[in-house]
Amino acid sequence: MKPAPFDYAKPSTLEEAFDLLEAHGEDARVVAGGQSLLATLNMRLSAPSILVDISGLEALRGISAGSNVLRIGALTTHTELIASEEAARAAPLLRKAAVHIAHPAIRNRGTFGGSLAHADPAAEYPACVVALDATLEISGRDGSRRVAAAEFFHGLYETDLKPGELLAAVEVPVLQDGFRSGFGEFARRAGDFAMSALAAHGRFDGDEVHDLRLVYAGVDIRPVRANRAEAVLAGKAITRELVAEARSRLAEDLNPTDDLQAGGATKLLLSGVLLERVLSDMAGAR
Amino acid sequence: MTDKSPLTLEDLPNSYIGRTIPRPNIRRLAEGRGTFTDDLTLPRMAHVAFLRSPYAHAEIKSIDTAQAETSPGVIRIVAGEEMSRYCTPWVGVLTHLKGLKSAPQFALAVGRVRWQGEPVVAVVAQSRAQAEDAVALVEVDYEPLPPVVDMETALAPETPVLHPELGDNLAFERVVEAGDVDAAFAEADAVAEEVLHFGRHTGVTLEPRVLVGDYNAGAGKLTVYMSTQSPHMMKNIFATHTGIDEDDVRVISKDVGGSFGIKIHTYPDDMATVALSVMLKRPVKFVADRLESFVSDIHARDHRVKAKIAVKDGKITAIEMDDLTGIGPYSVYPRTSAVECNQVLNLVGGPYDFANYRAVGRVVLQNKNIMCQYRAVGHPVAFGVTEALVDSAARAAGMDPAALRRNSVIPDDSYPYTAASGIKFEALSHQESLEKILKLMDYEGLRADQAKLRQEGVYRGIGLAAMIEVTNPSPMFYGVGGAHISARDGVTIRLDPTGGVTCATGVTEQGQGTEAVIAQIAASAIGVPIEKVRVVTGDTETTPYGGGTWASRGAGIAGEAALQAGRALRANILEVAGAMLQAEPDRLDIRNAAVVDADTGSERMTLADLGKTVYFRGNELPDGVSPELVATRHYSPRQFPFAFTNGVQACWLEVDPDTGFVKLLDFWVVEDCGTVINPQLVDEQIRGGVVQGIGAALYEHCIYDEDGNMRNATMADYLVPMAAEMPDITIEHVETPTGESVLGAKGVGEAGTAGAPAAVFNAINDAIGALGGKITAIPATPELILKALGKV
Ligand SMILES: Cc1cc2nc3c(=O)[nH]c(=O)nc-3n(C[C@H](O)[C@H](O)[C@H](O)COP(=O)(O)OP(=O)(O)OC[C@H]3O[C@@H](n4cnc5c(N)ncnc54)[C@H](O)[C@@H]3O)c2cc1C
Repeated sequence: MKPAPFDYAKPSTLEEAFDLLEAHGEDARVVAGGQSLLATLNMRLSAPSILVDISGLEALRGISAGSNVLRIGALTTHTELIASEEAARAAPLLRKAAVHIAHPAIRNRGTFGGSLAHADPAAEYPACVVALDATLEISGRDGSRRVAAAEFFHGLYETDLKPGELLAAVEVPVLQDGFRSGFGEFARRAGDFAMSALAAHGRFDGDEVHDLRLVYAGVDIRPVRANRAEAVLAGKAITRELVAEARSRLAEDLNPTDDLQAGGATKLLLSGVLLERVLSDMAGAR
Repeated sequence: MTDKSPLTLEDLPNSYIGRTIPRPNIRRLAEGRGTFTDDLTLPRMAHVAFLRSPYAHAEIKSIDTAQAETSPGVIRIVAGEEMSRYCTPWVGVLTHLKGLKSAPQFALAVGRVRWQGEPVVAVVAQSRAQAEDAVALVEVDYEPLPPVVDMETALAPETPVLHPELGDNLAFERVVEAGDVDAAFAEADAVAEEVLHFGRHTGVTLEPRVLVGDYNAGAGKLTVYMSTQSPHMMKNIFATHTGIDEDDVRVISKDVGGSFGIKIHTYPDDMATVALSVMLKRPVKFVADRLESFVSDIHARDHRVKAKIAVKDGKITAIEMDDLTGIGPYSVYPRTSAVECNQVLNLVGGPYDFANYRAVGRVVLQNKNIMCQYRAVGHPVAFGVTEALVDSAARAAGMDPAALRRNSVIPDDSYPYTAASGIKFEALSHQESLEKILKLMDYEGLRADQAKLRQEGVYRGIGLAAMIEVTNPSPMFYGVGGAHISARDGVTIRLDPTGGVTCATGVTEQGQGTEAVIAQIAASAIGVPIEKVRVVTGDTETTPYGGGTWASRGAGIAGEAALQAGRALRANILEVAGAMLQAEPDRLDIRNAAVVDADTGSERMTLADLGKTVYFRGNELPDGVSPELVATRHYSPRQFPFAFTNGVQACWLEVDPDTGFVKLLDFWVVEDCGTVINPQLVDEQIRGGVVQGIGAALYEHCIYDEDGNMRNATMADYLVPMAAEMPDITIEHVETPTGESVLGAKGVGEAGTAGAPAAVFNAINDAIGALGGKITAIPATPELILKALGKV
């Protein structure tokens, strides 16, 4: 299929980008890597009259680590993130997750910011930023604002971004002593969107786990935290029995709906297996 | 580049038969210099896009094109009635498939739509994008009708009839009865029963269907550039339905990016494109995009089979089965959609020696996409059924599955052999092949590993699948039923004054290497280096009339024609050389593109010198010598309806019982396709086929909802097998040449696809059997396996 006709503009400054977005309002769409958007255009699922290509905005590029936060520009590609040793040290969860995203050709173009802004319910990064308690930096005509990851994802492909705003960067707390991350995913084929994926992050004190965040992708309209399962584990030493108990609470945390690859019951079961496997990896990773 | 295989046909310096030769076209394709039909741009070429039915079954109340007509670039918008004046409808029946019925099918729906995806309106515009823009503006008012979706209830009295004039939804029915089935079951030591489902899937070609119709009113000629497997067949079809004299139609097939049986049928959008070109007197291009391919390219399989097997004294004695398949709303023209079911009935039990067989097959109409022949027509279903039964029977009889196969395959010394279903085998090698694969895979060792790992909670399975493949079809396949599909193919070989050799043939190149094989055979037969040989395919005006690519016939049929034509040309050359050199032709030979003394090998004259004399200085030739440096030979098998091949495949995999995920660990194939012309091409055909078979076993599925809509018609949701999940595939051969031809080659294009699903299926059940699980359907998704294990 061919997309409906559209205009194309490539601003080189944020100001220019905001001008374009303001001038065209609802008819404009931002394009970053194009790896999600162009498919929807080709299928004529959306037909914006102008694409605003933000790939020339230097302000949205780059990865930098301070002592407390790792800042990842929205235009960072999946490949750049996988390759970044800084990111791997400061937030190892991201690399663990990114290798599950699509295939090299797509990773070379697709961006971190694009994935978050697109908010596919089965995407890996949204679950990761929630698990890491990251903060999203959003730029608009009137300056920038900061939103906690947990508040950013509203629903199916819906986020806190308002018309005319851009996701500029994400700030992730740098991994502190004792913290560990785990990631697991079930997909039908390597590179497919997750049937269920789990991003887990927490602090280990000996065998005990604290501040644990278990965030699932692929099982709901947005990333979901497994609060009840977390509560079972909080402050306790990880044992088989305890994890089994946490797993038994998952049905209250998650309510996966049927999709083309599996029914809700299967996805719940797979989510439970992920909980066991990811926690066992984390507990084993001294 | 060549390997060290022993020369198998002729011990000449230019013997390429049995050797791995890189395909002459590979470099061009790898460098991106292929010419696929979509690469073609003709002056004044317009583009067509189709509005397709969003309903599985509906009445077309009205069509409003007013707004679309004004859309930029639009040239013409045509709907069913008008189209039917330029392209007559067709009916997909053949007389030898007795009782087969279908209704007239139009290029664009007239009155009713019968599947989601059926083309309704054609929009021709200056560009494809403009055509699509205008398609979005066409308004069609549909009155939805109840769709017939489930094949199980298609024949129920309360189910609507798709084509009222047919009376019911039964397209075809066949019964086979041989021996005394009831007695065999009554006397059996063990009996096993299965109800199996084979999911509907499709062939996903990398290059979609594409054609350019170019009607030249001045010359009264129609040229169709088309990605097709069968240019001559399409020529006849275009002529028949547009009313243009068949001799004025030319079909040209450039490079083809995969076909798998998808590109050998009459598609309404293809026919409409050609008719539009006639209507508009200008070239019109149609390229199916991925989304429309899923709902318009033929689908295949979708069988439900109930089957039963009897074992006595450790050997199979009877099989009984009932096959039901739904083919969509029409039997596809001209090959018909009864062939897959017919093949299933022919092939079930094919590798085994038993006399008692009862089979019923029913083919029903329904409101889903059309269904027809796709790579290994019927085979994966037939061997899926047979091999599942054999494994179940082994369990029921307390035997090892390899042992039951060993006892039951047709013995290698019992040929010619007629199977219970009536099919005839010239010579096969089941016993040798089975022993070879058991050794290759270290069957006993794997069984020991499996038992040991099971103690550790690791569930691995071994799946065996014996199979046969229909190849080198005779006229009994289609021609006898009235279809203009040539079973015969020819090769014309010409020697030029450069010493170069050009072969033209009616078989086609789909990416499988036909051109390489023809070049190898021609070079060997004449005695020239392969670099001297050019091969021309895919043009009805410049190649001998022939059938093209289907039923694994290229190497076996056109290969034999190439051998005979090469030998004839060689004899012609030696006759001229004899006259010129005043030698007896039989004391001369051709080696490395030169005429030599047969005894000493010393060079007498190069073929280039001979050619130059013949063409430029014919005056130097002795009187009475009339050189013919062109030879044509044709070949069509006649003694046997098909040259059957045989093989065994084996799969080793692991099932994660917690998740239902399958990890393929290893895969082996032993194949007997007769004379192997090019080992690499043969092995890659097998590997590609196995991968497609794995696709059927684990991934590929056209999922329909109860309204008859295909729900996963994108590459994101329709899962094709991908490299990361594929196992290594180890291949060995047994060679039992067919005696019908001198070459002895049988086909190999479909073997992998034929056997792999059964091997994977059996391996999964072998793995989960220990946990009390058993699957009865493919594709075996994680969810299906979890259900079989009672986990969800
Ligand atoms: C075959 C295939 C498989 C894939 N598999 C996966 C997978 O397994 N997991 C996964 O997570 N993803 C997967 N993807 C999607 C891929 O990761 C995309 O790259 C990503 O989702 C979007 O990033 P992008 O830069 O390409 O965004 P684009 O496609 O350019 O944009 C996507 C959306 O985000 C908006 N947008 C982009 N950047 C910004 C910004 N800075 N501010 C505001 N809005 C913005 C756009 O307007 C658009 O609505 C797959 C894609 C393909 C084609």
